[in-house]
Amino acid sequence: MEELFAKPEIRKPENIVYKKTNLMIDRPLSYCPGCGHGTTHRMLMEVIEEMGIQENTIGVSPVGCSVLAYDFLDIDMLGAAHGRAPALASAIKRLWPNRFVFTYQGDGDLAAIGTAETIHACNRGENITIIFINNGIYGMTGGQMAPTTLEGMRTATSPYGRDIATMGYPLKITELIAHLPGVNYVTRQAVHTPNHVRKTKKAIRKAFEIQKEKKGLSFIEVVSNCNSGWKLTPVQANKWMEENMFPFYPLGDMKIDGKLV
Amino acid sequence: MGKFQGDIVINTERCKGCEVCVAACPFSVIAMSKDVNGKGYHFAIKVNDECTGCTNCGTVCPDGVITVYRAKVTTE
Repeated sequence: MEELFAKPEIRKPENIVYKKTNLMIDRPLSYCPGCGHGTTHRMLMEVIEEMGIQENTIGVSPVGCSVLAYDFLDIDMLGAAHGRAPALASAIKRLWPNRFVFTYQGDGDLAAIGTAETIHACNRGENITIIFINNGIYGMTGGQMAPTTLEGMRTATSPYGRDIATMGYPLKITELIAHLPGVNYVTRQAVHTPNHVRKTKKAIRKAFEIQKEKKGLSFIEVVSNCNSGWKLTPVQANKWMEENMFPFYPLGDMKIDGKLV
Repeated sequence: MGKFQGDIVINTERCKGCEVCVAACPFSVIAMSKDVNGKGYHFAIKVNDECTGCTNCGTVCPDGVITVYRAKVTTE
């Protein structure tokens, strides 16, 4: 189809101010339209590109929607057993202390089946980076209740809303982790508006710098939408996230340089 | 006219039609097409000349399909 508002005089290679980084492998992402995973992947790879550490970075992918992250990120990656990514990342970091090692996990992987591995890796102060995508639901398996599901939130396994009496409270695992002495940097960000995306990129950059200086574990939570799981359109899901997720999971830094904020 | 003029190129075959870029654009440059791409999504298209090359759409696009150009324009 012919483009109506093209400006060939501006559309020149020297005028490019933003394009998808070449460190993302050129194939369609397997995520739903509007999912925050794609944006977070891209920010992560932009940081790796800016720091020039593509050859020295090893990532660990989880089980969940982002299990196929190694199909999209042009770096060395390993797939861990469900929830065991921090344990595997600890081993990699101890074998190659000068490599940059990160895990990329969802809330089902990190906060449910992998709670023990996550908390103990954080408590040991392993010199790795954990990127935690929190959308309050098990997205890949069809929208079941996760530990981070909000009170009253309807999911496939809590069709009348999450009931605290029978299903327990939503787990604020990032706050728990911030209190562990081995953790250097803890922050919670989002990727639904350009401003938040840029802040998330800065947080990822800071986490990798901390790893370079061997100061301890850095933990980044990204509050994201799951529009398929929440049964909303992507734009509606982002609005719902602002109204419901952010009051319970407030954005911002929780721990900087080993000190609680 | 502003000092800077921008332009965007959308990889329409990779666009999944999530409309996050439409919400992010401060000048309403992007809208959804009536046509669909090979995957059956209504893809994003540029609908006016107001683009300043702010990179908001490219930054927020989950699939990274938008390339943003910006150039300084001298106005008389």
